[in-house]
Amino acid sequence: MTQQQIEAVNDFVIKFANVNGSGSASANELFAKAILRMGVPVSPRNIFPSNIQGLPTWYEVRVTEDGHLGRRGGTDMMVAMNPQTWDADVAELAPGGYLFYDSTRPLPPSRFRDDIRVIGMPLTEICNAVYQDPRQRQLFKNIVYVGALAVLLGIEPEVVEKLFGEQYKGKEKLLASNVQALHLGCDFARENLREPVGLQVRRADRVGGRIFVDGNSAAALGCVYGGATVAAWYPITPSSSVAEAFQKYCSKFRVDPATGQHRFAIVQAEDELASIGMVVGAGWNGARAFTATSGPGISLMAEFIGLAYFAEIPITLINVQRGGPSTGMPTRTQQADILACAYASHGDTKHVLLFPEDPHECFAHAAAALDLADRLQTPVFLMTDLDIGMNQRLCEPFAWDDSQAYDRGKVMSADELEAGRDFGRYKDVDGDGIPWRTLPGTHPTKGSYFTRGTTRDAYARYSERGPDYIYNMERLLKKFATAATLVPQPVLRPAARKTALGVIYFGSTSPSMHEALDALEAQGIHLNAMRLRAFPFPESVAQFVAQHEQVFVVEQNRDAQMRSLLVNELNADPARLIRVLHFDGTPITARFIVQAIATHVHPTKEAA
Amino acid sequence: MTYLAKPRLRHPTLAVNKVGYTRRDYEGKISTLCAGCGHDSISAAIIEACWELDIEPHRVAKLSGIGCSSKTPDYFLGASHGFNTVHGRMPSVLTGANLANRDLLYLGVSGDGDSASIGLGQFAHAMRRGVRMAYIVENNGVYGLTKGQFSATADQGSKSKKGVVNTDSPVDLVAMALQLGASYVGRGFSGNKAQLVPLIKGAISHGGSAFIDVISPCVAFNNHPGSTKSYDYVREHNEAVSRIDFISGRDEISVDIEPGEVMDVRQHDGTLLRLRSLHPDYTLGDRHAAMAYMQRHQEMGEVVTGLLYVDPLATDLHTALNTSGRPLNALGPAELCPGASALERLNASLR
Repeated sequence: MTQQQIEAVNDFVIKFANVNGSGSASANELFAKAILRMGVPVSPRNIFPSNIQGLPTWYEVRVTEDGHLGRRGGTDMMVAMNPQTWDADVAELAPGGYLFYDSTRPLPPSRFRDDIRVIGMPLTEICNAVYQDPRQRQLFKNIVYVGALAVLLGIEPEVVEKLFGEQYKGKEKLLASNVQALHLGCDFARENLREPVGLQVRRADRVGGRIFVDGNSAAALGCVYGGATVAAWYPITPSSSVAEAFQKYCSKFRVDPATGQHRFAIVQAEDELASIGMVVGAGWNGARAFTATSGPGISLMAEFIGLAYFAEIPITLINVQRGGPSTGMPTRTQQADILACAYASHGDTKHVLLFPEDPHECFAHAAAALDLADRLQTPVFLMTDLDIGMNQRLCEPFAWDDSQAYDRGKVMSADELEAGRDFGRYKDVDGDGIPWRTLPGTHPTKGSYFTRGTTRDAYARYSERGPDYIYNMERLLKKFATAATLVPQPVLRPAARKTALGVIYFGSTSPSMHEALDALEAQGIHLNAMRLRAFPFPESVAQFVAQHEQVFVVEQNRDAQMRSLLVNELNADPARLIRVLHFDGTPITARFIVQAIATHVHPTKEAA
Repeated sequence: MTYLAKPRLRHPTLAVNKVGYTRRDYEGKISTLCAGCGHDSISAAIIEACWELDIEPHRVAKLSGIGCSSKTPDYFLGASHGFNTVHGRMPSVLTGANLANRDLLYLGVSGDGDSASIGLGQFAHAMRRGVRMAYIVENNGVYGLTKGQFSATADQGSKSKKGVVNTDSPVDLVAMALQLGASYVGRGFSGNKAQLVPLIKGAISHGGSAFIDVISPCVAFNNHPGSTKSYDYVREHNEAVSRIDFISGRDEISVDIEPGEVMDVRQHDGTLLRLRSLHPDYTLGDRHAAMAYMQRHQEMGEVVTGLLYVDPLATDLHTALNTSGRPLNALGPAELCPGASALERLNASLR
C-alpha cells in the first residue's frame, strides 16, 4: 500500500469526479464554501465537457492558505464517483495522494495503485438503506460524501450545517433531510475510517472581507449598477449566465414598487445578429445597452460592430472567451479573441477592450464599459473568459460610490440646440475626436441627422468625397487616442530589485502570474510585471516595453495575440517580446509560467 | 445625389395641419431613385399620411436596411432622425430603438431583397415579437442597386429584363406576417395612392406590429412584359379587398355609410379604421380566412390589395415585457442604480 503520504494543512488540491446531472454540483460547492467559512481561501473550478447529462464532470478545489487563486495543477485527493473516468482519475493522482471512492461494489486490486492511499466507503449501500426514492438515493450520496470528507479533512460539520440553514431557509423539510445525510456521512467516517488523512483543514483568518462570486454574475451586476436598461442576447456557453444573472438582479433591484413596471428590457433574441442589432438600436436611441456572448457570437456580430464603430453608436459587449477557433472547445477557457475583437469587422477599425482580472473587476469594468461607450460613442468589449466567468472566485468586495454620476458623454440637449449651438454629428468640436450627438425626438427643427454605415461629411450628409472620408477616419483615430487616456490604466508590480526583465499579462492569468512571480523571485529571477487592463494601450505600456531588454508576454492562446497587438500598435521591437503561451483549454498555472520563464532565463541549466 | 437638400421655398398659401406644419415640412432630400420609381410614390404617401395624422416629424424615428428602398427614408421626414442600418437587419435595430424610447413612432422601411432574403429571419421575429412599428416593404421583385437580379419575392415563371425565367417559388411576406402574428397586415400598390395613404395611416396608428407589403414597380429593371411586378401587370390584376378611410380619434366621425358594406374598427388609441368591403365574403379579423383568400386569388394571378387583417386591440412588446411607462432612455441613476448600501448587503450575502 502507501509508501509516503502527502501531508499538508490548508494547502492541497482535491478533485471530485462526477457524472453530469447527478446533483453533485451543489454538494461540491458546499464543500468549498465550508472551507472558506473556516477562514481558509479556496479556488474552485468547474471542469466540464460540452454535454448536458450523463457524461463526466469534475470540480476541483484548491485549498490555499497563501491565497493563490490560480489553478495549481496536480491532484492530492480524488473523490472518484464516476466509473467511466475511473482509470484516468486514479492515474491523475499525485504519488502519496488519496483516493476516496464508493466501495459498495468491490473492485479488483488492479484498478488501484500502490503509491496512493485508498479510502472506500459504501455510499450506495448506505443511501439505499436509508432512502426509498431513487432520486434521493442519488442526490444524498453527494451530501453523505461531503459529511465523510468533513470528518476526514477536519472541516467542522457545524459550518456545513450553517450553510444548509442559509440555503434552505424557510424550507425546513429540505433542511432536515440534508442535515440527516450529512450526519450519515460524518458518523460512518468517525466509526469506520479511523486512519488519519494527511490533508487537513485548520481554522485560519485568511479570507477577510473578500467575497466569493463568479465573474458572469459580477459583470451582470456591474451592468445593473452602470445603468444598462436594454440587454439583448442569445444563449452561448460560457456567457449565458451573464444575461440570466442580469435578469435576476433586475428583478430584484429594478422593479418599480408602485407600479410593478420594469426599468429594464431583456430580449432573448433569435440569434447573435439580432441581439447586437437591438443593442445598436438602443444605443442609437440613448439607452445603455449590452449583449453577452462568446467567440462564435463575436464572429456573427462583426458586421454590426463595424457599423457601430463607423456610425459612432455606444454599445457594450461582454465577451466571455472560450476555446476557439470555430466551435473550438465550448467549455474550456482561452484568451483567444483579442485580435478578433480589437479589429472586429472589415475596413480600418479599432475597438476598446477591457481585461478584468477577477469578478471584482468584472463588476467595476462592466459599469465602466457603459460609461466609456457613451463617452466615446463606440463599441466597448469586456473581455472576460470562462475561467473567471463561470467559476466562483474569492475577490475584493464590490464597491460603489453613490456620488458618482453616469457619464452620458456628449449628448446635445434641446436647450443647447435652441441656443444655437452648431450641431455637426461627425464634427470634431472639442479636438478630442469625439463628436456631439443628439437623440431622436430631441427638437422639432434642429439636430436631426441621418446616420448610416456609408461615408458622410461632418454634418452627416452622404458624401463620397475623399477629403470628407479622410477627415472622418482620422478623427476616429484621434478618438481612439483619447480612449487610451480614459480606459483603466495598467497596474505595475515592480520587482524587489532592479532588473532588465519584464512581464506583461492580463485578465484571468493574474492569480497564477502573482504566484509565479513569487516562485521566480525565490529562484532569483526578478521581473517587473505589468498587468494590462485595456486596449488601446496607454503611453505607459510603450514605456514599459522600452525600459526592459526582454518582456515576456503571457497569454492563453496559440498565436500570441496580445503580443501581436503590442507589436502592431506600439511599433515595439518583436525581438524584445517573448511569447509565453498556454492554450490547452485549462486555466494557466503558476507552474507553467515559472517553467516557461525559468527555461528561457536559464537555458543551459535546463539543458543540463 | 442624396446630400442635395430641397430648396426651402414654399407657396405662402400652403395648407397647415393641426401641429402647424405644411406638407413640405414632411419632405426630405431630393430622391436619387430613377424617375418613375414606385418607391418615390411610397415616400409621397408616407409624407401625406404623416401630415394628415398631424404627427410632429421629429417624433418619428425612421429606420431602414440596405437597398433602393432603404435609401428612401432620406427622402421624407427630413426633421426626423434616420438610420440606414445593415442589409436585412433593420428589424432588430428598430426593436432596440423602440425598447429605448417607447414614446416615438417607429417607421421601418425595407425592400424585398432586404426583408425576404438576408432579412427573412429578422422580419419574422420582429413580427412575432409584436414590436410596435409600421414596417413597410417596398416590393419590386428585383435587386435594383445591383442591376436586375431576381429577389426572393419574384413570382415563379416571371421573366427578368434579360429574359431569364424565375424558377424559384416566391416568398410571400404578407402570408408570413399573417402566420407569425403581426396584428395589422396589408398590401398596397405604389400606383394607388388613394388606398396606400390610409393603409399607412392605419399602420402608424396601430398599437402592435403593422406590416404593409407595397408592390412598387422598378422602372429600370422590372417594368416589362413578363414581370408580375410591373405597373401594367399590377393595374390589370389588382384585386382590392377593401377601400379604407382612416379617421383620427380626435375628429368627429363623418358619416358615409352604405349599410352592409362598411366596417368601422376602433383601435386602442381611439382612432377608427373604416373599411368599405368590396367583397362581401371577405372577413377582416380572421387570419386564416385572410390567408386562404389571398392564396386563392394568387393562384388566379391576382394581386390582392387592401387591409387584410387587423387586431384592433393588439398590444406590443413593451406590454409583454411590462416595461416602465417612462422611456428607458430617460431614466437616471436614481431609478437605475441600487446604490452602495444595497451593494453592501449583496457583498455580505456572498461571504
